[in-house]
Amino acid sequence: MSIEVKNVSYTYMPGTPFESKALDNVSLTIEEGSFTAIAGHTGSGKSTLVQHLNGLLQPTAGQIIVDGQTLAGKGKEVKAARDKVGMVFQYPEHQLFEETVEADIAFGPKNRELSEAEITARVKMAMEFVGLDYETYRSKSPFSLSGGQMRRVAIAGVIALSPKYLVLDEPTAGLNPAGRDELLEKIREFHDKRNMTIVFVSHDMDAIARYADRVIVLSGGNLVLDAAPNEVFANKETIEEAGLLLPRLTTLLRTLEANGLKLDMKPKDMLTVEGAVRAIMAAKKAAPKHKDNRTGGKG
Amino acid sequence: MISDITIGQFFPGKSVLHRMDPRVKIVLMFFFIVSIFLIDGPIPYGALTLLTIILGAVSGIPARIIAKSVKPLWWILLFTFLIHFATMPGRVVAQIWIFQFTEEGFWRGFFISLRLILLIVLSSYLTLTTSPLMLTDALERLLSPLKCVGVPAHELAMMMTIALRFVPTLLQETDKIMKAQQSRGVDFSSGNMLTQMRNIIPILIPLFISAFRRADELAMAMEARCYHGGEGRTRMKSLAVSGVDYGAVAFSVIFLGAVIGASFFLKQA
Amino acid sequence: MSFIEIKNLVHRYEGADETKRPALNGVNISVENGEFLAIVGTNGCGKSTLAKHLNAILLPTEGTVTIDGRNTADPEELWEIRKTVGMVFQNPDNQIIAAIVEDDVAFGPENLGVPPDEIRQRVTESLASVRMEKYREFAPHLLSGGQKQRIAIAGALAMQTRCLVLDEPTSMLDPVGRRSLMETVKRLHKEQGITIILITHFMEEAIAADRVIVLGDGQVVMEGTPRQVYCREKEMKALGLEVPLAAEIAARLRRNGLKLPEDILTDEELAAALCQ
Repeated sequence: MSIEVKNVSYTYMPGTPFESKALDNVSLTIEEGSFTAIAGHTGSGKSTLVQHLNGLLQPTAGQIIVDGQTLAGKGKEVKAARDKVGMVFQYPEHQLFEETVEADIAFGPKNRELSEAEITARVKMAMEFVGLDYETYRSKSPFSLSGGQMRRVAIAGVIALSPKYLVLDEPTAGLNPAGRDELLEKIREFHDKRNMTIVFVSHDMDAIARYADRVIVLSGGNLVLDAAPNEVFANKETIEEAGLLLPRLTTLLRTLEANGLKLDMKPKDMLTVEGAVRAIMAAKKAAPKHKDNRTGGKG
Repeated sequence: MISDITIGQFFPGKSVLHRMDPRVKIVLMFFFIVSIFLIDGPIPYGALTLLTIILGAVSGIPARIIAKSVKPLWWILLFTFLIHFATMPGRVVAQIWIFQFTEEGFWRGFFISLRLILLIVLSSYLTLTTSPLMLTDALERLLSPLKCVGVPAHELAMMMTIALRFVPTLLQETDKIMKAQQSRGVDFSSGNMLTQMRNIIPILIPLFISAFRRADELAMAMEARCYHGGEGRTRMKSLAVSGVDYGAVAFSVIFLGAVIGASFFLKQA
Repeated sequence: MSFIEIKNLVHRYEGADETKRPALNGVNISVENGEFLAIVGTNGCGKSTLAKHLNAILLPTEGTVTIDGRNTADPEELWEIRKTVGMVFQNPDNQIIAAIVEDDVAFGPENLGVPPDEIRQRVTESLASVRMEKYREFAPHLLSGGQKQRIAIAGALAMQTRCLVLDEPTSMLDPVGRRSLMETVKRLHKEQGITIILITHFMEEAIAADRVIVLGDGQVVMEGTPRQVYCREKEMKALGLEVPLAAEIAARLRRNGLKLPEDILTDEELAAALCQ
């Protein structure tokens, strides 16, 4: 089971002077259970691409297939397939509108016409997941919360739909470092524990390095890279041409290696601070003794 | 995409009409519109119609776009025409049920509809050849003598400028909110009227909240840049009346004088 | 007296709970003319409130703020102060007033009553300073976030501002926009000697500053050069802030028993220490 994007092109305002091609023959597959990152700078087509995944946009050419069902037309099967894909937009807190946190999170499940008991269960599950205590927050106004809490309520509103695939467009935009790490950890937890497929749109390569198992890079509406993080980060030039930066950790490790430190790293270690520290420690232990002595003597 | 629609109906170009000072355009437009109601008879109407067509050609705006401005009023025009055709006393040319269609009625209906068409087309020349910003600017300046009687000319213009600036931004925002709520199961395309109306709430509330937040931040940004109303304010761009405008005024005076005079004398005779 | 003097500044928002700690609680900062100061802290530490005191958008509940010898509480000095200190806010969309770039840059000088010819000249110069000449007649909604922020800077420059206060200017930008904005800020500081006060939670941006002030709960909790501040990795983490990656890795390596200098800040310094 997967989401397949087959030769998708999308043109805004075709046949007018404002015509512009946002996607140009993009093909990719998002496997069930994966944590896929889509990277690209503003205007690369990444937001246009993800809006196709649950049928908000219909491709000008090509097709989107969710679990074997093409997302074209209006039939029941199409709607069911679209509903499998949950979509969290950028700054999702800007879409809150209900009087209480509970009502806002219940909005999606209500539209699906679920039973009251099921809706309450979904709301509790979603709130627990984003780390908001049900009893404390259920009857608060979402607008009385802090920015970070509002975002969590908004994400809970999508999670309450129990999507099979969860697409998040820049979920950490505007958050401070602590808030960003906390949210990404939550998303990873959801991925690990519930085996939920995550599609994560971002230009934050540090976060991508840490969390994704696959990275897709878009530039000017074209797919330019699609591989495991390590392989993608080996293409410094392509990444920079796409208006992105290498993860800071990758840059740092490259600098160390360029200065003669021999790092013997497992691919996974390249992507986390903990792994890098392990590798550097190992490299220093393996280094010839007299070097350590010299360092020691100086220190 | 919803955000790509153009604001107003400005059609960029470099014609004489585009180059004229917007203030002169507004004033002349006013006189032309008044004249439409002063003139009478086939020759003055013919002359004005011909001028309208010539101006359209001079402006370089495709006839299709000019015709668009008349389109929404098509039914009103037809209705006006038929009312006069069917109710005016005179030489009957046809009779259907209680309606007597007369020759006099036909001409009356025709001229009144023509009047409306000329009115719409001429005023659309103003909005088609002048950017909304220029219009705002011109209005502020034309209204500024009325400040002493309490007309808030500067404030009105500033509000219009800000509105123009934020229309595309808010349209983009509406598009995004709609898609987000669609992703949460709202179906905007089906359901009865009541459902449809209820579906607007999840769009309107976030949109209002966002607009207020923007207004708040914008007000702060304006204050930070020393905004304190229109008093003591200068403008970088000043509107200048040029040769084109003098020519246009002279021509208009002669033309309107001639057609108004002609309709007056033709009536006398 | 320094260019900017903040003395015992307390700010309590109207209607805020009197028993709670105020948003700013006895802040003392002085900034010299031509300095590049970074103010860091997590959300809710009071850094945005502080920024708004610097050009009299907010007035002190207690204490004083003086800009170039002018007290912000003095209504007579308001326009001089706002002319001296230009602001760039977080959201690029909500600070552009006009529907054409050049009109927006002209907005400040128009409010100050500058003659039209001079405004035109200032607009040209300001747009050149932020490398946005090409976009003079663009509609703002067609620009990227980074370009909009540079227009906001040009708007302040056109008022002949001497100090730019940037309140989290890059938090809504992508990497390209972020980099172009930071380059612009650094260049203005270096070439035109403009005093920069950069409020941010991106540590990599604060490294460019001469001095870093860390705010926590409405008070100054740390102050020093970027090197002095960022070496205190544990304290920074406790405040919910991050330190540059090289400093963090160095700290972890030291905890693992490796002998490394305490003041490593950049990748190159870490490489030099590890590979000597």
